[in-house]
Amino acid sequence: MSNEAVAELNQDIDLDQVDSIIAPYLGKKEMVIPILQKVQEHFGYLPRPVMEHISYRMHIPLSRLYGVTTFYAQFKLKPRGRNIIRVCKGTACHIQGSPKIAERIEEILDVESGETTDDLKFTLEEVACIGCCALAPVIMVNDDPHGRLTPDKVNAILDSYE
Amino acid sequence: MYEKHIMICGATGCLSSGSNQIAEALKEELEKQGIKDKYRLVMGGCPGFCEVGPIIVIYPDEVFYCRLKTKDMAELVEQHLIGGEIVERLLYKGPDVEAPARFYDTIPFYSKQKFNVLRNSGIIDPESIDEYIMRGGYRALKRALQMDPQAICDEVKDAGLRGRGGAGFPTGLKWGFTNKAPGDKKYIVCNADEGDPGAFMDRSILEGDPHAILEGMLIAGRACGADEGYIYCRAEYPLAIRRLKTAIQQAEEYGLLGTNILDSGFNFKMNIKEGAGAFVCGEETALLASIEGKRGMPRPRPPFPAQVGVFGKPTTINNVETLANIPLIVREGGAEEFKKVGTEGSKGTKVFALAGKVRNTGLVEGPMGITIEEIIFDVGGGIQGGREFKAVQAGGPSGGCIPQDLINLPIDYDSLTKAGAIMGSGGLVVMDDRTCMVDLAKYFLSFTQKESCGKCTPCREGTKRMLEILERISEGEGIPEDLDTLDSLAHSIKDSSLCGLGQTCPNPVLTTIRYFRHEYEEHINENYCRSGICKPLFQYVIDQENCNGCRACVRVCPVDAIEGEKKEPHEIDQELCTRCGSCIEKCRFDCIMITRVGSEADVGN
Repeated sequence: MSNEAVAELNQDIDLDQVDSIIAPYLGKKEMVIPILQKVQEHFGYLPRPVMEHISYRMHIPLSRLYGVTTFYAQFKLKPRGRNIIRVCKGTACHIQGSPKIAERIEEILDVESGETTDDLKFTLEEVACIGCCALAPVIMVNDDPHGRLTPDKVNAILDSYE
Repeated sequence: MYEKHIMICGATGCLSSGSNQIAEALKEELEKQGIKDKYRLVMGGCPGFCEVGPIIVIYPDEVFYCRLKTKDMAELVEQHLIGGEIVERLLYKGPDVEAPARFYDTIPFYSKQKFNVLRNSGIIDPESIDEYIMRGGYRALKRALQMDPQAICDEVKDAGLRGRGGAGFPTGLKWGFTNKAPGDKKYIVCNADEGDPGAFMDRSILEGDPHAILEGMLIAGRACGADEGYIYCRAEYPLAIRRLKTAIQQAEEYGLLGTNILDSGFNFKMNIKEGAGAFVCGEETALLASIEGKRGMPRPRPPFPAQVGVFGKPTTINNVETLANIPLIVREGGAEEFKKVGTEGSKGTKVFALAGKVRNTGLVEGPMGITIEEIIFDVGGGIQGGREFKAVQAGGPSGGCIPQDLINLPIDYDSLTKAGAIMGSGGLVVMDDRTCMVDLAKYFLSFTQKESCGKCTPCREGTKRMLEILERISEGEGIPEDLDTLDSLAHSIKDSSLCGLGQTCPNPVLTTIRYFRHEYEEHINENYCRSGICKPLFQYVIDQENCNGCRACVRVCPVDAIEGEKKEPHEIDQELCTRCGSCIEKCRFDCIMITRVGSEADVGN
């Protein structure tokens, strides 16, 4: 997504929502990770104005907040698609051929890992291990695991999402 | 009163293969027959045998049904529950049993196992504290509350329990340090940030027997003089977190958590912290930083967490599996019982996550000292598709690979270390002749390189340089000096990194070079990847003698690189072929071969 498009999305953010999420944690700087988790759950990502607001209310410099968010894989600073594809990169999946699955998805969607399609339909991500090693190779689309994949099964799976 | 209990595996593995839908279908069927009040349906913990999921076990009949589909439920209800006859069609079948096997004892996957930590998993309802208590739960806590704290530490030390998270430090000793550290406020932290790709034993314990972790932490709290605990759990394990929250609430209601526990004057408060996805947070000082809301970066030790831990207070950090062992040891006579299993230096059992190219994937618990052969061939049923066993990766990205010649190696802390691997958390990923060892080393290093927190230079820069070399080798650009450079970089990183991540991350590279040097040399000197993984270093060729022209590969090829008439041998256009491997997956006649680039005749394996 372009920066302009993100900026436009960020205009409609309701900071009152952020306040009500932060309220129980005010003054507890050690709770910053749970706050970011809850805020991201609400918005789907961590918009810049929200980050600035958390920084202001929690008395944590924005730079430090940015340091925390970029350290952990869970936090996203950009909007994500309606459907999140997570390709499992666990060892079992790797040796059962997950790189070939990832490659096929990248080809079909024309995005790389970590990117979102222009129509906001899909975001492609990697995950260290889903823990369904028996079903390797596995991808998760939203909350649905699809296991024992081969590259030629990918198209049909992606087609089944809106 | 219920006539029967029906345990449906509700762990992540079986959920992915559809156990929720099975449960729904079963409920519907019972309702349709008007008998739903006679049976208790439980979404239970993991019985371990993920390969054949979804699994249902019916008690008290002790019948194990597997590979279930929703359409099987009508038959199961009518024939077994109403008619009282076992549905033979749905029992476990495999090349390792003569007749369909009815229960755990008769299924080879289970017969070599020894259940300590997984004692309750799949047997009890993980959301019921009463069932945990019925199985002897919280008795060890009651005993511990009547004991002197130092005596508890000594008992755990005497049992010989070593930390199950990786390094294998004696648990009782660790507790003793925290116990002796000055200060009135101390903490117990449960490390449930299971980040090793290919390991899921901690998740299964948390999902299947959450009270065992709480009891273990309470006993640790008593022994160390701590009154507050944190469970640091991966956010990717939502079910585990939910079950822990339920367990905490129940324990509070029963007076097993909170103030003046069991009238002993002992207080304990339990918190859950959700991790946010950083492998390095499995390292104890990084984990502490993360609990405090900071970037999860490790710091030099000493001071050790036993002196300066979370919020600057003395802290004991134990792994999930370690804590799950505690109630067994601290109960009456438990330490003696515990010591009977295992080897000289490694007591008790270990849970392994068996995955990769082995037939029976799943969760396996065996006595320490069980050999690799026993795990892979007796429990695991051998290699998928009858291919050749090549190596097993033990201990995840910090561990090492163990080749076929060391198949009789007993799995315990000391033997694994000697072989260049580590126990780690207990992930065992099995590899066959289609796994390229250079690619494997590259895979692990790219993982650790990405997860390196960047604080210390050897780990941050060194892993990057090593990865670059491995990438070159797998692209056919390797030079003979590369192996020496890799070796020297690996040793510098091991010797000079700040934390366990850096100190162990070169292990996969070192062990693959040690045991599979010829494969590296083949990549470098002959531009050939015999396993068919490194794309520029091999090609697919169709065996002209055996191809019967079924066109299956032609249809599946995404770039139309395969040509040939029906019933005529096909051919691959090497210019067009992207080596995606679709054809080799599809060919049922084993006619697609991996060969050196440019060669037609030289047939690899």
